[in-house]
Amino acid sequence: MPTALTRILLSLLLLLPLAAQAGEADDFVAANASKQAKLLQDWAATPSTERMPLLQALQQGRVGSDADKRAFIEQDGTWQAADGTAEANGTPRKLRLNNRLRGLVTFAVASHQLLDHDAAVRLAAAKQLQRNTPPALLPLLESRLSMEADENVRDAITLALANLQLEASDPAVRLAAVERLGKTGDPLSRTRLQSLLDGEESDATVRAAAEQSLAQVKNKLLIGELLGQAFSGLSLGSILLLAALGLAITFGLLGVINMAHGEMLMLGAYTTYVVQLSFQRLAPEYLTLYPLAALPIAFLVTACIGMALERTVIRHLYGRPLETLLATWGISLILIQLVRVTFGAQNVEVANPAWLSGGMQVLPNLVLPYNRIVIIGFALFVVVLTWLLLNKTRLGLNVRAVTQNRNMAACCGVPTGRVDMMAFGLGSGIAGLGGVALSQIGNVGPDLGQSYIIDSFLVVVLGGVGQLAGSVLAAFGLGVVNKFLEPQIGAVLGKILILALIILFIQKRPQGLFALKGRVID
Amino acid sequence: MQRRSLIKAFTLSASIAAMGLSWSIQAAETIKVGVLHSLSGTMAISETSLKDMALMTIDEINAKGGVLGKQLEAVVVDPASNWPLFAERGRQLLTQDKVAVTFGCWTSVSRKSVLPVYEELNGLLFYPVQYEGEEMSPNVFYTGAAPNQQAIPAVEYLLSEDGGAAKRFFLLGTDYVYPRTTNKILRAFLNSKGIADKDIEEVYTPFGHSDYQTIVANIKKFSAGGKTAVVSTVNGDSNVPFYKELANQGLEATEVPVVAFSVGEEELRGIDTKPLVGHLAAWNYFQSVENPVNEKFVADWKAYAKAKKLPNADTVVTNDPMEATYVGIHMWAQAVEKAGTTDVDKVREAMAGQEFAAPSGFTLKMDEKNHHLHKPVMIGEIQDDGQFSVVWETDGPIRAQPWSPYIEGNDKKADTPVKSN
Repeated sequence: MPTALTRILLSLLLLLPLAAQAGEADDFVAANASKQAKLLQDWAATPSTERMPLLQALQQGRVGSDADKRAFIEQDGTWQAADGTAEANGTPRKLRLNNRLRGLVTFAVASHQLLDHDAAVRLAAAKQLQRNTPPALLPLLESRLSMEADENVRDAITLALANLQLEASDPAVRLAAVERLGKTGDPLSRTRLQSLLDGEESDATVRAAAEQSLAQVKNKLLIGELLGQAFSGLSLGSILLLAALGLAITFGLLGVINMAHGEMLMLGAYTTYVVQLSFQRLAPEYLTLYPLAALPIAFLVTACIGMALERTVIRHLYGRPLETLLATWGISLILIQLVRVTFGAQNVEVANPAWLSGGMQVLPNLVLPYNRIVIIGFALFVVVLTWLLLNKTRLGLNVRAVTQNRNMAACCGVPTGRVDMMAFGLGSGIAGLGGVALSQIGNVGPDLGQSYIIDSFLVVVLGGVGQLAGSVLAAFGLGVVNKFLEPQIGAVLGKILILALIILFIQKRPQGLFALKGRVID
Repeated sequence: MQRRSLIKAFTLSASIAAMGLSWSIQAAETIKVGVLHSLSGTMAISETSLKDMALMTIDEINAKGGVLGKQLEAVVVDPASNWPLFAERGRQLLTQDKVAVTFGCWTSVSRKSVLPVYEELNGLLFYPVQYEGEEMSPNVFYTGAAPNQQAIPAVEYLLSEDGGAAKRFFLLGTDYVYPRTTNKILRAFLNSKGIADKDIEEVYTPFGHSDYQTIVANIKKFSAGGKTAVVSTVNGDSNVPFYKELANQGLEATEVPVVAFSVGEEELRGIDTKPLVGHLAAWNYFQSVENPVNEKFVADWKAYAKAKKLPNADTVVTNDPMEATYVGIHMWAQAVEKAGTTDVDKVREAMAGQEFAAPSGFTLKMDEKNHHLHKPVMIGEIQDDGQFSVVWETDGPIRAQPWSPYIEGNDKKADTPVKSN
């Protein structure tokens, strides 16, 4: 009995200095979620440079707690006490933050970064604080503003302050804040101004200024919105174009109703996946470059498969469109099942490399994702490449000769059989390139091709069979019209309406947007 | 005359019954069990793993000596994501293969398609996926969640301080019965919580939609009006382009959290999850749940995938519908043992109140009356390894309300199964 008592007393004595030492990190780790939120809010209002390592560790998910509820920070795989130098009791468990806490941590980091030496860091922090500024930060922002030397940072802080000053008691301060918000094109400014106008703003000049500012903001937002829609349209168009360009050759020029075209896209995407895997295994240091390496490989793989198909199946069916349709459809089913057996029915993961992730903030309400920008550029590049191939090379000349008049071309010594094969290979190869691009924005699964085949045919038929320019125009036209319709009537109705419009158009003009002039192929 | 015909009819039916009985005794070295999941087509991405899970569970039961001393024999058919084909294959299972029970279906439309067949032929179907409710057939046991076991707790969490205290809701779904009904229930629920209709936006996309630029731009615009949460009932592989677009347009979980009802571990296998960290999903089970039953469940599944050389066997994951399949098969086996027969009517009676210690860490009970499981509800946040960490869960399993009180007229519906026609 006495031994147990002394043991307890001793351990209490041992605990005492620890408890006295317990700092902010330990408090945080031991607290429950709502108390943690309170702590973070307090920290944000009273930043200090010593707290920064802890906050950054929290942001990166490197904070853990041991069995005694003490805080530890993971550094290069080892755990170190956040306060003091205590050894961990057991391996610390990583602290899991929920969304609300994670948001508050980001916020607290920003308020701490206002103390940073680097003006660029301060600027970024001030911009972060503009988004959602709690009133508790008012004294901090005012004191930082008075100390700030850098012009840009001053502007950013003033704007963050303006959000809070809308509530100020002095009408002059409110007026300045309202005018400042009017200069931004931020959707949040609109909400703030709107709620000011909806509320009890008594001062007439402030009210008038707020109305004017609101109109300004709305104008800027509208511009951003329209630009965004136009960009989405172009992006959708570029995807349609990449999907349809191969078909514009196999169906448009050769006249083969190629139902297996979608599967060429799918194989291109799977080639990207395989290339990504081999980069991961063999050359992880160059992993970010895998999409570039995938391009020529995908082209070669799909072109070879296309040529093999042409040689073995399609060649025997020229002039019999119905049989071609059925045979190629059968081939597409075989290819799908083959992929499903090899890679599994589940979609495979094709990750965007860092240079294709994220986006460029052009306006406060307009972000252009990098992958889409790159794909628009890539689509144009492929179009130019195809055009050059068809119009500036001997192969292209032969292809055009064979499509225009097969017998005459044969008489002139063009090896029509080989040209057919090469042209089909080219079409399939371009579809493979499209597949690489599609893998960067959507799913890679055995059914990938199925979702694009109808759109591809739409583009080619609308553009006019046998014309590259028609397909390009049709793809971008469809994309832009679709994206301007979608916000008004929704995705489902938009799709139906587009289809109806195309049917009407084809009724009126069966040859599509562009028709071949002069003697048309059979 | 009348009596004679009655007697005739009786003897006839008795002899038919006897014939049927003798036939089943002769053929009954094994008990046939139907597995009705799409192994090709759009739903293959989700349903293939359920088929494999069903086979694993059947193996597990067989290894322990089977049911009633007989081995289970799986009859796997492929309805190919083709809704009418579900009915055809279901009929084939019941009339040709004479299965004792069927485990299958994913989408509500496929379940609706087989329902008349199972009611007509008095078959038994176990349905393992969360759904919109509004159904209670005597021939179906629902081991997935009803709306009050998934959708409503998830939205309650979003309304709470910890969930971000959302004031505006963007309801995004694929255009079919499950999302539309769920959103109808959610709208009524949100209205009852004081969220006005102007703060709720409902948007639908076609199956397989892959261009989410406009929708994500709309979410951004909508979220400028106050703290917003997105409730996603987007189904199948459309989720990948949706989340990619979210990440690329810089919409982060801390600002606008997305809670999904159809995204689990299996769906995340096809996505690079780093940009999605913090988005939410509501389920009744997560692979990351820590308890001995689940550890064994996950280990067994990984070993099974390796042994059977399933595609990508080294990265297999478990998810909620797989757990529901596992629980369903075990409960059925227990009920058969209790009833002493595989006869549908007897098994149905024995199912009532059946309990099973599930991988979710709770002992789940089949409700005595309404054919639905009592399930715990968990909200998980996506981690960068494609797993979920549970941020909120109910204290224990809650009873299903297949007839949601938030849909008009449901208060008059009986809490017992009735045939739909």
